[in-house]
Amino acid sequence: MATILGRELPDTVDGYGEVTPFKGACREGGVKTRKAVKLTSVNPHEQKVLDNLEQVFDKLNLKDGMTISFHHHLRNGDYVLNMVVDGLAKRGLKDLTVAASSIFPIHEPLVTHIENGVVTGLVANYISGPVAEAISKGKLKKPAIMQTHGGRARAIESGDLQIDVAFIAAPTADNYGNINGVYGDAACGTLGYAMADAEYADKTVAITDHLVPFPACPIQISQVFVDYVVQVESIGDAKGIVSGTTKITKDPVALIIAKRAAEVIKASGLVKDGMSFQTGAGGTSLAVAAELKDIMQREGVVGSFAAGGVTGYLVEMLEEGLFKTLFDVQCFDLKAISSFRNNSTHQAMSASMYGNPHTKGAVVNCLDIMILGATEIDTEFNVNVTTSSSGMIMGGSGGHSDTAAGAKLSIVVTNLMKARLPIIKDKVTTITTPGESIDVVVTERGIAVNPRRTDLIEKLRQANVPLLTIEELKIIAEKITGVPKTVQTLEKIVAVVEYRDGSVIDVVRQVY
Amino acid sequence: MLFMPGNNPSMLQDAAILGADSIILDLEDAVSLTEKDSARILVREALKTIDFSQVELVVRVNPMDTEFGPLDVDMIARVKPDTLLIPKANEEQIKIVDTMLDKIEAEEGYLAGSIKIIALIETALGLENVYNVIQASNRIVGVLLGGEDLTSDLGIERTKEGEEIFYARNKVATACRALKVDSIDTPFTDTNDFEGLAKDTAKAKSLGLTGKSAINPRQIEIIHSVFSPTEAELKHALKVLEVMQQAEKEGKGVCSLEGKMIDAPVINRARNTVALGRSLGLLER
Repeated sequence: MATILGRELPDTVDGYGEVTPFKGACREGGVKTRKAVKLTSVNPHEQKVLDNLEQVFDKLNLKDGMTISFHHHLRNGDYVLNMVVDGLAKRGLKDLTVAASSIFPIHEPLVTHIENGVVTGLVANYISGPVAEAISKGKLKKPAIMQTHGGRARAIESGDLQIDVAFIAAPTADNYGNINGVYGDAACGTLGYAMADAEYADKTVAITDHLVPFPACPIQISQVFVDYVVQVESIGDAKGIVSGTTKITKDPVALIIAKRAAEVIKASGLVKDGMSFQTGAGGTSLAVAAELKDIMQREGVVGSFAAGGVTGYLVEMLEEGLFKTLFDVQCFDLKAISSFRNNSTHQAMSASMYGNPHTKGAVVNCLDIMILGATEIDTEFNVNVTTSSSGMIMGGSGGHSDTAAGAKLSIVVTNLMKARLPIIKDKVTTITTPGESIDVVVTERGIAVNPRRTDLIEKLRQANVPLLTIEELKIIAEKITGVPKTVQTLEKIVAVVEYRDGSVIDVVRQVY
Repeated sequence: MLFMPGNNPSMLQDAAILGADSIILDLEDAVSLTEKDSARILVREALKTIDFSQVELVVRVNPMDTEFGPLDVDMIARVKPDTLLIPKANEEQIKIVDTMLDKIEAEEGYLAGSIKIIALIETALGLENVYNVIQASNRIVGVLLGGEDLTSDLGIERTKEGEEIFYARNKVATACRALKVDSIDTPFTDTNDFEGLAKDTAKAKSLGLTGKSAINPRQIEIIHSVFSPTEAELKHALKVLEVMQQAEKEGKGVCSLEGKMIDAPVINRARNTVALGRSLGLLER
């Protein structure tokens, strides 16, 4: 059985089940149902606050094989996931599935729990650090399931991903379970990735280090979804919450790439009043934002919205009147957190509103311009952001596939060579995002447009933007680097890469 | 002209795409004594393998009175860079390099005189003697003024404002103009002060220097923007040439534009402006 992109997949994968192969970016739409939520109603006079995590565990119907979930708004400063899994391990629980929106290096203690059989399943949209390495080496019993941000929300809401208990790291919570992310020592801003978990899990626990009198204000996650509240000493390290790269790069090559991307954006005709834009937090992506800002200022353009994980740079663009509003699923730095707290035009969105393909329209569908990264790209424009060129898991889609599918113009910005390796290949090691939703690849040595986008090619030619084919770009890189050997892997499938609609777009196999 | 260290492979690999008109692969100040040999080999291999066709390729060798200078020239000239930049240049050293290049070109079968020289003027003696230095070899296509070493030689402070190199800039600009070679200004060393860079570049341009060296790729755009003619200047220059051609056709000896006489200096300036506009891609070639 093969996907429409020609990747051979088994009919079933041990520990995952039946495989539905990827058939195309928008092929699994139509009538959908959300799952019915089982809940225990809370009567008047009942208390939700418990003294400590042990009491919480006592209240929950803990059992081997259950699925527990976490959000990643505290990123590499998160203490909650380790705290909970350590506690459950001490209680002798086994065979747990951890459904975390993302896993970071701080979650290294999970490796021991994986080795001891406490954790045998993992579902995440992005995995980096020692856990990624452990999975790649085949230590996790069941294959990890790698989703997209929108796809995770879809899976939870549809019931494909059944969560027994959602443990919500809550920067601020009141004693009746209202939560916000804007106050407290571990303030992280919006809580977009925790929304579906809170609403659809059988049990929802707020874990906070900032318990405030009822009612918390503002309320981002409502009391109606929360069963228990527990205060701990600290839920996270504020330093790790701020995303690594939130400054514009000084790297001259990256700045050239950004300038070229801006030329493409300008020539596309999409820079006009009411436009929308999203970019990630990387140095090059922010440099594209800076170039776009120049163009917008010069031409007097006022955009509708900028979206995504929001950085201080997008906040500046909002404050300077270049966009009317921001849609923010997660705040990347303190400036974004403060803006979200104080500015009503800086709006939160849930992961579902952001990118869930099975809603009545996600924000990604309204995006004009999306700036994306890539670890590898193939000559069909398929992109890998899941594994390194050696086959090791080192990331994942996050919102990559969601935004690429939705945006009118999705641009991959990347160095043509990284660490002596060419980025463009005949076949990427792992397909994360299908080529049909990637429009342009911009590198320091040239720009290639997806041949499907004849309209865009015409516009860029009219604007005298020099274009190459992706094959030509590949040749330029290989002239310098040579052709790398194909990565050899073992047969065992260590991760299943789900597209946003839940179909399987690729699998990751064990590395040597 | 962008300086790039000759001992950094990843920077060498990207040197040609950074937007500079010329890149100077540096074997001198950017390379420590213990890395002189390896940098020389690295630059040689880079010249052999990397496609630098989009830019003029200059290699700054070590001073000819050091043990490294002659070795640099002997190894690098054999892979035919466009130009060698000779530090602490004086007449004698330029002549030595010229003779070495004659020999190497003959041995390697290169066209005689095809490897050019830029003299790096950075001593008081070199500066006072710049006219003769330029005349010391037919290979010389330009002079680069080295403000840091020059002020050090003069025992004076080097400032951001650059008043202390006013005389040197004048002297180099005038000598180069007289002998029709390029005059390249010293780099601006604060790589985060772009306003200062723009002022410094404008000052060099106003004194008649024809280009500026850069020590960081992020300086290139500003240098180009200062040296590139404005749209109005280009239009005016094109108009001058058009009026002149018309006058020539009609056999008129003298012509005027907007009430001002167009004489030889005006025509020359217009030609220079148009040529610069073309080289910067502001006009169709």
